[in-house]
Amino acid sequence: MNTLIYTSVLGFGLMVLEVIKLRKWISPILILGLSILFGINIHDWNQPGSFMGNMLEVNNFTVGFNALAIFITLLILMLASEYYADEEHHISDYMAIMTFVLCGAQMMLGYTNLVMFFIGVETLSISLYALSGSKRFDIKSNEAGFKYFLMGSFASGFLLFGIALVYGATQSFDLNKIAEYASGDVVTPLFLTGVLLILFALFFKVSAAPFHFWAPDVYEGAPSIITAFMSTLVKVVGFAAFYKFLHVFAYLIPLKFEWLIVTVAILSLVTGNLSALAQDNFKRLMAYSGISHAGYLLIGLIGAATFPSSSILYYGFGYALSTIGAFSIAMAVFKSTGSEDISAFNGLGKKNPILAACLSATMLGLAGIPPFAGFFGKFYIFSEALQNGHFYLVLIGILSSMVGVYYYMKVVIAMYAKPANETKIEISLTNQLVMWLCLVLVLIVGIMPSLVTGLF
Amino acid sequence: MLSLELLFIPLLAAILLLFANEKAAKPLALVFGLVEAVFTVYAYQVFQQNGSEAFEFQMPWVNKPQINIHFGLDGISLLMVILTNLLVPFIVLSGFNRDTKRPAVFYALISFMHFALLGVFMALDGFIYYIFWELALIPIYFIAFNWGDENSPKVTLKFFIYTLAGSLLMLFGFLYLYMGMPNHSLDWSVLSTQHTCSCNQTWLFWMFFAAFAIKIPIIPFHTWQPDTYKSAPTQGTMLLSGIMLKMGTYSLLRWLLPIFPAGMIEWQPIVITLSVTGIVYASIIAIMQRDLKKLFAYSSIAHVGLIAAGIFTLSVEGIQGSLVQMLAHGINVVGLFFCADIILNRKGTLQIHQLGGIRLQSPWFAAFFLIVVLGAVALPLTNGFVGEFMLLYSLFKYNVWLGAVAGTSVILGAVYMLKMYQTAILGDTTEHSEPMEALQWNEKVVLIGIISLIFILGIFPGIVTNLTQPAIDQLIKLI
Repeated sequence: MNTLIYTSVLGFGLMVLEVIKLRKWISPILILGLSILFGINIHDWNQPGSFMGNMLEVNNFTVGFNALAIFITLLILMLASEYYADEEHHISDYMAIMTFVLCGAQMMLGYTNLVMFFIGVETLSISLYALSGSKRFDIKSNEAGFKYFLMGSFASGFLLFGIALVYGATQSFDLNKIAEYASGDVVTPLFLTGVLLILFALFFKVSAAPFHFWAPDVYEGAPSIITAFMSTLVKVVGFAAFYKFLHVFAYLIPLKFEWLIVTVAILSLVTGNLSALAQDNFKRLMAYSGISHAGYLLIGLIGAATFPSSSILYYGFGYALSTIGAFSIAMAVFKSTGSEDISAFNGLGKKNPILAACLSATMLGLAGIPPFAGFFGKFYIFSEALQNGHFYLVLIGILSSMVGVYYYMKVVIAMYAKPANETKIEISLTNQLVMWLCLVLVLIVGIMPSLVTGLF
Repeated sequence: MLSLELLFIPLLAAILLLFANEKAAKPLALVFGLVEAVFTVYAYQVFQQNGSEAFEFQMPWVNKPQINIHFGLDGISLLMVILTNLLVPFIVLSGFNRDTKRPAVFYALISFMHFALLGVFMALDGFIYYIFWELALIPIYFIAFNWGDENSPKVTLKFFIYTLAGSLLMLFGFLYLYMGMPNHSLDWSVLSTQHTCSCNQTWLFWMFFAAFAIKIPIIPFHTWQPDTYKSAPTQGTMLLSGIMLKMGTYSLLRWLLPIFPAGMIEWQPIVITLSVTGIVYASIIAIMQRDLKKLFAYSSIAHVGLIAAGIFTLSVEGIQGSLVQMLAHGINVVGLFFCADIILNRKGTLQIHQLGGIRLQSPWFAAFFLIVVLGAVALPLTNGFVGEFMLLYSLFKYNVWLGAVAGTSVILGAVYMLKMYQTAILGDTTEHSEPMEALQWNEKVVLIGIISLIFILGIFPGIVTNLTQPAIDQLIKLI
């Protein structure tokens, strides 16, 4: 709870800094502030509580995911301080809005009341609409912001409508009361429709197919740093919230909604992986790869009743850190070459072998090859699904991992096999720091998964 | 504990090499290879005296799912470890007078590959085994990709996807087994004693077999192999053909047979027929090859086809023969590819019809090459003979007709090998033929080393059979 308050304070504080002309201090203060927030958050470990008239809760689940969310934000903001170095006069806006995204994320993680959930989703989304369109003179960025806003508003509409219907059926916004109702004997169609609509909105937020159409365009058009932010934080938090929501309906899912989640998972795996094959743009590739990862995570969510949340955390950790590691290198390459295509990586293996090796490692991590964290992440999900008897789902998952290897390897091939162009790649110290941090953590957690899965 | 030390040396080498000076890389890699080889001799002594106890290592790693780090050795694993540790110094040494770009990284990858291969041969927990199996793929992919010829990006991607497809199926199989085991364990001792029902074995067999058949490769899973062998740098090809494909045949014995005895028996006729067909098919294609490396690649398919067929006869002779032949094939094929590399280095081409007259220019090389070729066509007193004899014998015992068909491979093998030798080495020099420079010291060491191994194992096959006999007896009991 304190974490949320201090995060908001930090966000406002940044804007005040702008007013009192301390612009240069924004990045250091933000990074320091987030580190302190990380500590405050950890302090709540094993001290569960409920706040704001039962609207927010703190327990080890929220603390664990909060820690990951804050850490992702920290890494991204480190990259952002570099990315926005040339745009000093806007920096406070960007940084503050990104901090507010984190606020929204924390609400989505801690909600025990659907109203709080909605507020969290909106805080997160509206900040992101603004950020996607933040390159004001770039037509693609404008398109991205506008498209995301339009589609996102529809999803929010669905969400709100769903919440209203659920309220109509249960006379409550409270998750516990809803859970009580859902485990009762009579479940009205009104209630089921409401849940269905909420599920649609959630599918949209985590960009699962067929609710994914916004993702490639928005990822491509948005500034790279925002793409990295969206594809990591939003996905991880979205899935945590999704998990929490499904957990409420532990008894209801197998009966009513399993087919839906199974279908969406299969669709995400197939469309995500197959479309990724045809991409030439790195950011679009990451968008489709994100869709396919949503598919894997959905397989895990089917067993939400029994699936340990720590496995979702583990998967999220591996996915987010590999992605940020990849973006920390990709952004340096984009900046130097001025292109965001996979061909921008051509010959990186010759020009800068260390960067190329690190990027290869993150790609292998995303593809789920041991010893990186991606391997055990997939492993937990598949073994859980097998235990629940989802035999074909696992087979499809494994086949699509194979396709995944192909397109992740496309980047590797570009780096090593294609002739180098003249441009020299310059990478700043900050980016290097983030890159090494991600890589080392992904490797450590990949070798010792118990570090994360043993948490709760 | 000794198993950990065996693993540790190449890993240390890989890490040190990454930071090594470019000039120091080759000697450093060689020193580590030799240390490991000497250590293997020591390990062999220990094994003879104390058996496998000294190599046992078990430690919990992840508690959910239950994964233990479990390494151990029996005669079969030790044989594979010996093969690996014998060949790696030769493979390193063979590159001494070649220009390799960025040698530090190259030899670091070779050492890492060495580490992963040893891990595969010593792992006794399904997960650990799977992880090492995957780890072995990454360095060889980059070796083939980065240091290969102009076709290698396309070719290695195919190789990568192919083998990864196999391993993912295997992962699926392991997961299924893990779920089915009453106490959720993938430890080898559990898997080999508590069998799943034969209804499951029927299809699970193929999940594993596909992975192994792709690595070996058994026809029709072989299409990645000839191109990859051709495009990869010679040292990569040596690793691939000499050691890495033994991962497949070894795994047939270590994992497939103990876990799915019923599945083995059920699919035995089909797999043997496939293998025997593959032997003849690959031999005939080999006759038509114009490129030396491709010819060796197809001959390799023929040889390992026979090994796989021998294993699937599920008889003592077949398995014993396959082990002898695995060792022999590893040594011979490294010798063959090394000779091809020497020719390529001197003549700039591997097209057989453009060569010729090498005997006149370099009689020593011609003699060395001849011995390796004779080893590959299984002349008595060379290492190829014993294994091939035992394998054919076991096939005859299984089915006379299949045995007879497989037997033609000996004749076909002689045809393509000797025909190649005649055109490439004997005869007159062709018009544009380059001069053949004398052999360098490192090339002599490698060739003499390989040739002595060919003779030692040909004359005293008992070294291998005594080592593996107890382990084979145990395996046969499982069926």
